[in-house]
Amino acid sequence: MLAVETIELTKDYRLGFWRGRVKRALDRLSLRVEGGEVFGLLGPNGAGKTTTLKLLFRLIFATSGTARILGKQFDDLAVRSRVAYLPENPAFYDHLTPQEFLTYSASLFGLPAAERRRRSGELIEKLGLSDSRNVPLRKFSKGMIQRVGIAQALINDPDLVFLDEPMSGLDPLGRREVREVILRLKEHQKTVFFSTHILSDAETLCDRVAVLHHGRLQGCGELNAILRLGVSTTELVLEGPSAEVMAELMPYASSVIRTGERVRLEIAHESQVEVTLEIVMRSKTKLISVNPVKRSLEDYFLQQVGAVD
Amino acid sequence: MISLSAFLSHPRFRRRACWLLLLLCFLGLVPVQRSIDLRRGSDRTITEVLFLPSGRVLRKLSLGYEGLLADIYWTRVVQYFGGKRVAHSTDFKLLGPLLQITTDLDPQLMIAYRFGSIFLADKPPRGAGEPLEALALLRRGIVANPDYWRLWEDVGFVYYWDLRDYPAAARAFQAGSERPGAMEWMRALAAKVAAEGGELTTSRFLWSEIARQAGNEQIRKNAEEHLMAIQAADDIAKLRELIALYNSRQEPPARSFQALVAAGYLRALPRDPSGKPYVLGADGHVRLNPRSSVDLSLLQ
Amino acid sequence: MRVVTIAVHTFKESVRQKVLYNLVAFALLLIGASILFGSISVGVEQIILVTLGLSSISVFGLLIAIFIGIDLVSKEIERRTIYNILSKPVTRAEFILGKYLGLLLTLVVNTAIMMAGFYAALFYQKRALGPGDLVYLGAVYFILLQLAMVVGIALVFSCISTPVLSAIYTFCLYVIGNFSADLRSFGQGSQSPILGLVSNGLYYALPNFANFNVITQVAHAQKIPAYLWVGNSFYALLYLAILLGLAVLIFEEREFP
Repeated sequence: MLAVETIELTKDYRLGFWRGRVKRALDRLSLRVEGGEVFGLLGPNGAGKTTTLKLLFRLIFATSGTARILGKQFDDLAVRSRVAYLPENPAFYDHLTPQEFLTYSASLFGLPAAERRRRSGELIEKLGLSDSRNVPLRKFSKGMIQRVGIAQALINDPDLVFLDEPMSGLDPLGRREVREVILRLKEHQKTVFFSTHILSDAETLCDRVAVLHHGRLQGCGELNAILRLGVSTTELVLEGPSAEVMAELMPYASSVIRTGERVRLEIAHESQVEVTLEIVMRSKTKLISVNPVKRSLEDYFLQQVGAVD
Repeated sequence: MISLSAFLSHPRFRRRACWLLLLLCFLGLVPVQRSIDLRRGSDRTITEVLFLPSGRVLRKLSLGYEGLLADIYWTRVVQYFGGKRVAHSTDFKLLGPLLQITTDLDPQLMIAYRFGSIFLADKPPRGAGEPLEALALLRRGIVANPDYWRLWEDVGFVYYWDLRDYPAAARAFQAGSERPGAMEWMRALAAKVAAEGGELTTSRFLWSEIARQAGNEQIRKNAEEHLMAIQAADDIAKLRELIALYNSRQEPPARSFQALVAAGYLRALPRDPSGKPYVLGADGHVRLNPRSSVDLSLLQ
Repeated sequence: MRVVTIAVHTFKESVRQKVLYNLVAFALLLIGASILFGSISVGVEQIILVTLGLSSISVFGLLIAIFIGIDLVSKEIERRTIYNILSKPVTRAEFILGKYLGLLLTLVVNTAIMMAGFYAALFYQKRALGPGDLVYLGAVYFILLQLAMVVGIALVFSCISTPVLSAIYTFCLYVIGNFSADLRSFGQGSQSPILGLVSNGLYYALPNFANFNVITQVAHAQKIPAYLWVGNSFYALLYLAILLGLAVLIFEEREFP
């Protein structure tokens, strides 16, 4: 069953004093997210990632189009008990402690008292908040708030978790924690849908990604497939090559970068690698490394996005 | 036939139904409010006046808005008075306290003194019939506004018309004539009243001067009504003499004014100042036409 | 019920507001001071205590109602805490109603505290309380009805405007509502029949707070007539239904971009 399906989801905003101008924040988005996968919604700032998430949770209303979550229509309130949402830069009730806040969130799902206590306790432990369980939230750092946010997102043991820029503003430690949470969710066959503009995070976590730009879907697909797309080049790192060697290698190199004594050459075609290696061996130039260069998500992203601009 | 639950589950219909329900509730407020108003009577807010601390305290409490509050109270005076007149009531007991509060809040609200004194001094059912209270009100107005000569004019009036105290009236008119901006005729008035207080001609002079000089439409109308009443009384007296004369010389006695016209005693059918013809009753008395707008009770 | 959960949470949250404590403390101070004012002139001590005491409850109750009222929705939207609630299986109607009930509870508790202070002052002055003093409960009940309506008005404004503006509009509507009868007189006194009609319509549409004002009556030991109990309760109930319905309908259409 599809975890999330959007069908021509569109959002227009009316701007200007007389509400005359129309700004299209999301243009006929049609996406499919499979159950149990980690799906990344990528795009630069203002692409429409947050708009998509808010539309799915009916915090804003679609101008046209529809969506389905876990097989039910997205305006079906019952489906909310099985999903979770963590907004970007979340804000919670300042004066509550994590314990109080989690029990309150749990009560909104209609969980009985004992269950609420148990789950809040568990999540506080799991997310390393035990030391501050009775400290009011207004005293929490950004990283800790994010952890509380994740805790409240997991309080109802959801099958599908939506995260809006979960790593934003976190230090490397915080980001690693979030990554671990996402991976653990995947292990438990939960579906994770998160939006980000940090490509390295998507690379390490996502099974599939979609790229949004100016409100439109630029491309969507499995990460492996995207990364294997296009020609993969090979990188040669040499130390102190002579001018003659360089002259010989130049026709095969698509890029040359010098850093002090080291020269990094990118060989465009796989077939040419053997030839260039031969040249290097013959000249007894010092070979530091030979590495295939995989096409990065950044390349894909820039290509999709660059094509529009 | 669409079932009710299907109807309600469709969000747009549900919303329309809710708006309709809200509108009905809104309309439902009207009978509730009216029933409360009916029971309390329109005097409700005003009866509070009896319990309020003095106007000066209220003035302090109004935090700089005493002018607005004075206007609000003046409107209440007008509503109260108008309501009583419409209901032909003779109970004006809240008029005094209301005027007191109004003028405490704004001692320069001339209209409250001038009209207030008229409302208070006029005999019921036209007014409260309290000339002494009217005088007290005007005196307070004079204390707050010593140079406003018209208040003296009003004082003189109350003495003249309602209390028939001609010397006091003359003194008031004299005092008024000494105020800056007073009209010339005030002195003439003072003299005439002193000399011939009780004469109808004096009254006519007084009222016609008021009508001529009044800066205010209402006051002018009031004066004209008095003038018409005086004129009508005069006419009726003269007509009575004429009829007596006719009856002493002619047989049968006059049944209508037509007879007098025919006999040459009158040039035309006599009309009162409002233009309606006088009526000669079967008992031989001259009366005002029932449709006449002249009000003879003003002369009492 | 989720409405109750939200209500309890809202109550706990608003009770922690320091502003509330200050206002209630001031009210109690004023009530205490009115004992002193009364002792200045003989014979009217009780009248002054009752008038000043009940007026304090009314004024401070109004301030509390406005302060907590604007927090209702505007603050949640401004602080963005609302996203967490609305993404849960909670309808917008439940949210609004829960918020209102929570704040109403806060209002009732605060008013009860002030009323306790009032009765304490009365006891101190009279040395004994009799059944005749129960009539003041009626006055406080009417004050509460008024304040419930004020919170409702604040709620509606809170759904369409910022906290500061909502407070201002609510206060203005309260003042106008006290003078709605005079407004109608102004309109009817004018020459234009259209103005008269409009002012008449406004008289019925605007919340008529003057109905609920029995402080002076009660201070002069007059009983509150039965029809006023029924009429006012009914009026407040009807008006509240309208306000809450309006708030829900508006809020359901509101977007949070």
